[in-house]
Formats: sequence, structure tokens, C-alpha cells
Amino acid sequence: MASSTYEPKNRFIKAVNQQLPILSLIHGAVGAGYRAPKNLNYWWNFGSLAGVCLVVQIITGIVLAMHYTPHTSLAFASVEHIMRDVNYGWLLRYIHANGASMFFIVVYVHIFRGLFFGSYRNPREVLWFLGVIIYLLMMATGFMGYVLPWGQMSFWGATVITNLFSAIPVVGDSIVAWLWGGFSVDNPTLNRFFSLHYLLPFVIVGVVILHIWALHIPGSNNPLGIDVKGPQDQVPFHPYYTAKDAFGIGVFLLLFAFFVFYAPNYLGHPDNYTEANPMVTPPHIVPEWYYLPFYAILRAIPDKLGGVIAMFSAILILFAMPWLDGSPARSARFRPIYRMLLWVFVADTFLLGYVGAHAPDYIVHIGGVEIPCLILGQAATAFYFLFFLVIVPVVSRWETPLPLPKSINEAVLKKSAAKA
Amino acid sequence: MKKLIKTIGVALAFSAFASFGAQASEGGALKQVDWSFNGAFGQFDKAQLRRGFQVYREVCSACHSVRLIAFRNLADIGFSEDEIKAIAAEYEVQDGPNDDGDMFMRPGRPSDRIPGPFANEKQARAANNGAYPPDLSLMAKARFGGPDYIHSLLTGYEDAPEGFELGEGMNYNPVFAGAQIAMVAPISDDMLEYADGTPATADQISRDVSAFLMWTAEPSLEARKSLGFRVMLFLVIFTVLFYFINKKVWKPVKRGEQV
Repeated sequence: MASSTYEPKNRFIKAVNQQLPILSLIHGAVGAGYRAPKNLNYWWNFGSLAGVCLVVQIITGIVLAMHYTPHTSLAFASVEHIMRDVNYGWLLRYIHANGASMFFIVVYVHIFRGLFFGSYRNPREVLWFLGVIIYLLMMATGFMGYVLPWGQMSFWGATVITNLFSAIPVVGDSIVAWLWGGFSVDNPTLNRFFSLHYLLPFVIVGVVILHIWALHIPGSNNPLGIDVKGPQDQVPFHPYYTAKDAFGIGVFLLLFAFFVFYAPNYLGHPDNYTEANPMVTPPHIVPEWYYLPFYAILRAIPDKLGGVIAMFSAILILFAMPWLDGSPARSARFRPIYRMLLWVFVADTFLLGYVGAHAPDYIVHIGGVEIPCLILGQAATAFYFLFFLVIVPVVSRWETPLPLPKSINEAVLKKSAAKA
Repeated sequence: MKKLIKTIGVALAFSAFASFGAQASEGGALKQVDWSFNGAFGQFDKAQLRRGFQVYREVCSACHSVRLIAFRNLADIGFSEDEIKAIAAEYEVQDGPNDDGDMFMRPGRPSDRIPGPFANEKQARAANNGAYPPDLSLMAKARFGGPDYIHSLLTGYEDAPEGFELGEGMNYNPVFAGAQIAMVAPISDDMLEYADGTPATADQISRDVSAFLMWTAEPSLEARKSLGFRVMLFLVIFTVLFYFINKKVWKPVKRGEQV
């Protein structure tokens, strides 16, 4: 992180900071020493919100782990013990369970922000890659966390997802047995998932630090997608963006608290309040909402191995974005055709989520036409990959962007003049 | 065009979210009861919960357990310490081993969980024609619709329509998934006499026990909503303050000053 101009006035603090410049580090990272573009809009709040989510999950998770028992015969009961007998245990658990959903909402918006404003483009490719890695780690962590209460959906979700690896030719079955630690999802599986669910958040913290480090080298992108030309284009992070982030955190916590206190089980599945039973398969096994689009892609391909490859490709393709996009402009704001198609892509992911929540033979009525979810899912999957593999590379190179403003400062002054 | 696409996107987003609720019932539509605990300020009706407990004890407990509930928890629904001791003492609970190494039976204590009717699943199935009456502690959270589902199920028994093939010993109930349920219609008018004198119609009995099961599933509901209100109030003030702080901080930049 850039060398800081931090000058403590207190002699003692100055002496400590000289030997361990941790205050300079903070000052340079999120203090007045870090200068950010002055035109960042509210889409830029979601980075700090994701940080808040991570901290909330780690703190509530550590306390929950003090009361939870990772054993197939005790896990479900220990969660109910937390809900009933631990002081404010219900609050901790509902924060943690809904916190996972909130974290994914925030991260999905954060990823969308990156896609819309071209934050993955040079010189921020590494920053983007680190972000995708964080997302992958979050998915693994969230999946394993969902298994821990050992409800019906925990058990059967774990069975379905781990079984995906059996599609790998030759070594598939061995890999699945290795993941399970046996011949079915059982106590060894629960134990290792608990262990990894505790470990991975700290790995995420590590990658987040790298992510922020990589952010501070080029500095933040901005809604115009043009480079910062000088200090007139920027403001110090503190107090400008600390104040803006604090307001954003307030709004976000209102939404978060609404779910925790008034709809704590809305985002979960009722089947997870029935203890896991390997002898009884639930009629519909559905993952948590944040995996639904990928679940739809998995089921859209009739071949098991093909489905697994498509599902993982759907995420991994994000790594290719810096090369797929060849537009002279970063921000979609100056690319009307691309922007429109990007919104269609967003709608497509919601459609995939809808399809993922329903059985493949579920019939959707669209204007009097009956379409099975499977067909809808296949069409949406086709568009998902069409977007990345054809639309982005072709449209970005073919579309001439609108004229870009000369500088951030000029655009900001023009905007405030127009308002006045 | 941009607006249109955005609107479609938002509409799809909401429909995707709403679809979780739409999966609700596999069977027929549920009766929507105006529960006392509905809404942001809704709380349990303690008298109703006590009636519901009476229904559980006199009807449901013949086959179903509520294994997550201890006698001491009944203090939450308005039973006094002495009443709880007396209720607990009516049950026999296995304890031990004693100094001779033997298990023995003793009267229940407030700290004991309410004993279920059967020692294990095999015994339960043997006594119920092969069917397993599930534990009811969490039932109000384990089904789409929750207490509405329980109430609809209990009052949803009908004669099977013509041509419907009912399995042996099964009963027709369109609310239940598959419409066949092993449980015989458990509730009827005036099957019990309420201690508080409330007329014991089948509908009333069903509502009371459904509310009771909401309490067994979510005993923290009242604490949650009352804390929730205070948290929301705090957050609204916090957010409004930061809105104005943010505005004030940015004022010079919005005026075009360099900082």
C-alpha cells in the first residue's frame, strides 16, 4: 500500500508508529492517506459492505461454534440447544444464517458493479481474479455451513453436491469417497465440513487483504471508467468515503435486521427443521437461493459430466472477462448496446435462479404458453454462455463508445453546475 | 428502453424471490389464520397456548412427542412454578443408573424434557400400523405455511373423491402431500373440555394446538420481535444521522471545491 503521509502529533504514538507503522498502514489504506476518485456512486458501497458481512459472519460463527457439536447424533439437537437454551443463541444463529444470504446479496451486487463499470479491465485484472477466488471460497464455505445443522436439506444437499464429483471419469468415485471420508455422507463428512467451515473464512480474510492491496496499487475504478489524471479528480477516503460507507452500512443493516427479526426463516428451507434422515429423500432437493442459478445450469445439461462442467465453467468464465472485453471504454455507461445486453444478462441470471428453485418438470405459463422449467433453464443457460462467449467479445469490439469526458473533475463540475 | 429493461429485471428479481413462497403447499391452498403472533408486533396469546398445551396433552400426546420442550419451558406460557412441578410429577421418567447399577423410574421434574409416548421409532411404528407419528416440536417451522399448514391439515379431512385409491388404513386429506395420511382425523367438536371454559369447537381446538406448536417451534418469537423493534429504531436513527453527516461532509466537494 502506498507510503503514507501520516504524521502523528502525540509523541508516544509517533514513537510506536515509527517502530511499527501500523497506523500509517491504516491511514494509507482506509484513512485520509488513500485518495479515491471523487465521483464514486452508491454501487461502490458494496465493497465495504462485503467486509462488514465477513466480520459479522466470523464473530457470530466463532460464538456459535462454542455451543455447536459436530456429530451426526448431536448436531441437530445442539442447534436447537443454541436456539432455546443459549442466551441470545437464537439471535446469533439467525444473524449467522441470514448473514450468509446478506453476504451473497452484497457480493453479487459487487460483482455486477465490476461487470458494469469494467472494473476487471487493465490495470485491475489481478484485483478481479482475487475477487473471483473470494467468491469461490465463499461458495464452498456457505455450502459446508449449510450442512452443519444436519437437517434434511443439509444432508441431501451435501449428498447431491458431493456426488457431482463422481461424474469425473475414472477417479470420480474415489474422489467422492475421499470427500466423504467413507461410503456415504456421514459423521466424518460432517466433521471435516465443520473443520473447513471454520478454516475457510480466515482464508477469505487473507485473500481479502490481497484484494484490498491489489486495489490500492491502481486505486479504485469509477463510474466513468476513465483514469484519474491528478489530485483534482480525487478526495481523501476519510472522511468522504468513510461517511458515505457508514450511511450505506446503516441502510444495509436495516435490511439485514428486517430478515433477522421479522422473517428469519424466509430465506431458508422448512425441510432443514427436520433432522437428517438418510432413509427419507425429500421430494425436492434445492440448494440455498444463492446457488440456484448454477443449480439450474447443472440440470440444464442432460449429461451428468457435461452438467458439472457447465456449472463450474459458469463461474470460472468470470476469470476470462479481462480478455473477453475488448472495448476502448471501461464503463458500460458509454456503451448503450452493451449496457442493454448486460441488463438482459442480469435478468437471465434471475431467470436461472427461478428455474433452479423449481423441479425440471414444473410448468411455467408465459402468456398462455406452457413451458417446462427444463426447457426454460436450457434457454437461459444458452444465453448465459452466449453472453460471455459471443456478446461480450463481439459487441465490445464492434460498438463505438460514446465520447468520454476529459476528466473526472470536469464531469463532476458539470454535474453540480447542472444541478445548481 | 433502459427503464423498461430495468423494470423487467426488477420484476424478475421479485418473482424469483416470491417463488420461494409459491412452492408453499404441495396439496390444496392453506387457510390463512389471523394469528395473534402475526405481524411485526404480534405476540403469543398465552391463554391460547395453555389451551393448546391441554389439547396436546389430552389428544396429540397419545402418539406424538414434543421432545425439545422441558416442563420448565411451560413457565413461558404462564404456568406457575408449582403448577409446573405438579404437571411434571404426573409423568414417569427413567433415571439412573443408581448405586446398584440399575435404571429406575421416578416422577418427572421441571428440568426434564416432556417424555414422549414411545420409547423409540420401532415401538411407535408397531403401535401405529407401521406409520411413524413425527415429533411435533419443530413442525410449525418444518412445513411451508407453518401454523397455517397445521391448522389446515387438522381441519382438512374430507371423504375421498370418487375414483381416488386410498391405501389401506389411510385417510383422505388434500392438505397433506399426496392427500393420503395415516393419522385418523384427530379433532372433533367438544372432544375435550377447556379449563378456561372456551367453547371447544373443532376449529378452536385446531387453532389452539397450532398456536401451541408455533410456540414449541419458536419460543424466542416474542423476545425476537421486541428486540427487533428496538434494533430497527436504533438503526433508523443511526442511518438518518449518517445521511446528514455524509451530506455535510460532501458539501464542499459538491460545490466544486478541491480537497
